[in-house]
Amino acid sequence: MLEIKNLKKYFGGIKAVDGCSFKLSDNKITALIGPNGAGKSTVFNLISGFEKKDKGKIFLSSQDITELKPYQISKLGLSRVFQKSRLFNNLTVKENLLISINKDNTQFWNNLLYPNKNKKLFEEKITDVLKLLNITKMKNHIAGDLSFGQKRLVELARAIILPHKILILDEPVAGVNPKIRKDIMKILSILKKQGETILLIEHDMYFTLNISDHIIVMDEGKVIAEGTPAQIKKNKKVLEAYLGD
Amino acid sequence: MLTIKNLNAGYGGMHILENVNVHIKPGEIVSFIGPNGAGKSTLLKSIFNLCDIYSGKIIFNKNNITKLPTHNLIIEGISFVPQGRLVFSDLTVKENLEMGLYTFHNKDHVKIKIKEVFDRFPILKERQNKLAYTLSGGQQQILAIARSLMHEPKLLLLDEPSLGLDPKTMKHIFKIIQELNKEGMTIMIVEQNAKQAVSISHRTYILEDGKIKLEGGKDILENKKIKEIYFGGR
Repeated sequence: MLEIKNLKKYFGGIKAVDGCSFKLSDNKITALIGPNGAGKSTVFNLISGFEKKDKGKIFLSSQDITELKPYQISKLGLSRVFQKSRLFNNLTVKENLLISINKDNTQFWNNLLYPNKNKKLFEEKITDVLKLLNITKMKNHIAGDLSFGQKRLVELARAIILPHKILILDEPVAGVNPKIRKDIMKILSILKKQGETILLIEHDMYFTLNISDHIIVMDEGKVIAEGTPAQIKKNKKVLEAYLGD
Repeated sequence: MLTIKNLNAGYGGMHILENVNVHIKPGEIVSFIGPNGAGKSTLLKSIFNLCDIYSGKIIFNKNNITKLPTHNLIIEGISFVPQGRLVFSDLTVKENLEMGLYTFHNKDHVKIKIKEVFDRFPILKERQNKLAYTLSGGQQQILAIARSLMHEPKLLLLDEPSLGLDPKTMKHIFKIIQELNKEGMTIMIVEQNAKQAVSISHRTYILEDGKIKLEGGKDILENKKIKEIYFGGR
């Protein structure tokens, strides 16, 4: 599904990503973990086209996407949640979701000629995703009025509703209360059963160890370990670099 | 040290906090936990005059500080670390720290404080001349906390200090919070990481739907009601 090969990205003297390679298995949840500054978010930025690599290649479904722009990569089936909220703060929750719901239909002529073509279908999809995340009552709230944690949930809803093959989530449960953390775990398992491939960055170890099929550990821009949650839990290198135990 | 009396606050027409009463004693660490949207951040913002106060009073060291302009609150000795790494992206790490002492003009003092902060957070010393946006999310969070310490606040308000921190750095931050407290700083923390927060706090308040639901000590998480509203019965 997704493969990155010998990826490098330097910012001035800082080697943010320094020869990073890994491959994601289909229909699995993979977690990318590592200390702050290990280069995890930069890898996400490179995959989704927000940063240009200095070296290396990225493949999505065997297609080279290294030089593509973010919207082109999104059209190929990559959906992403950012670390910081990127909602349209002046729009309602529903409007935020409508924007991402059907990218085939955002073309000018389609919208002009068939404004109501998929209205009912969209309503249903939005109702479903709001219910899934238990945020139905926020449907008509202005996004800018929501609290930090609530915004995170709406962003997750928006990423889920965007038609995609692979979902990449940068700290999906940071700032979210424990009950909703558990709910998100359930939701991700459901998505996995439906055949989704998910890559996530997360510091909550309870969450990461329980939800992931595979864990990739980064430090100083490189992959330092890979394995199942059970293997990672025992890895001394990881314990020292990451958990500080 | 800080007393909040019958506070009603929110944003424009959006009423968030309802009749909130809180009392903080000098030298305490007090945590505020609760579901998303409960009003925890609004409570900290109301102290720092960053939201609309409809009624009620906030008393700090016997002074009524309700609706006092934020820059005056800094001079009073209150510091606030907002949620979500709000640093000046286009300033260097060192410049960000200097901003923490913007209202004070003694340059030698600034140097001393910066050295102290660098001792506590070596990563910031290493990156002192880099622009803040080139730092990782977690490093930006450390910078935001460090900046708030520059003017030696008496009362420190922390909105989710552990957000986006790796486990090792999180432990380090919580240790520093305890150290600052031992040095005499009074600290209010809003956290989703309830277990960590409660374990270092003298007292904890639980908020839900803009109201204080419960107040307690270190055993507060054992309360059945909390397990339901907050942990979903884990």
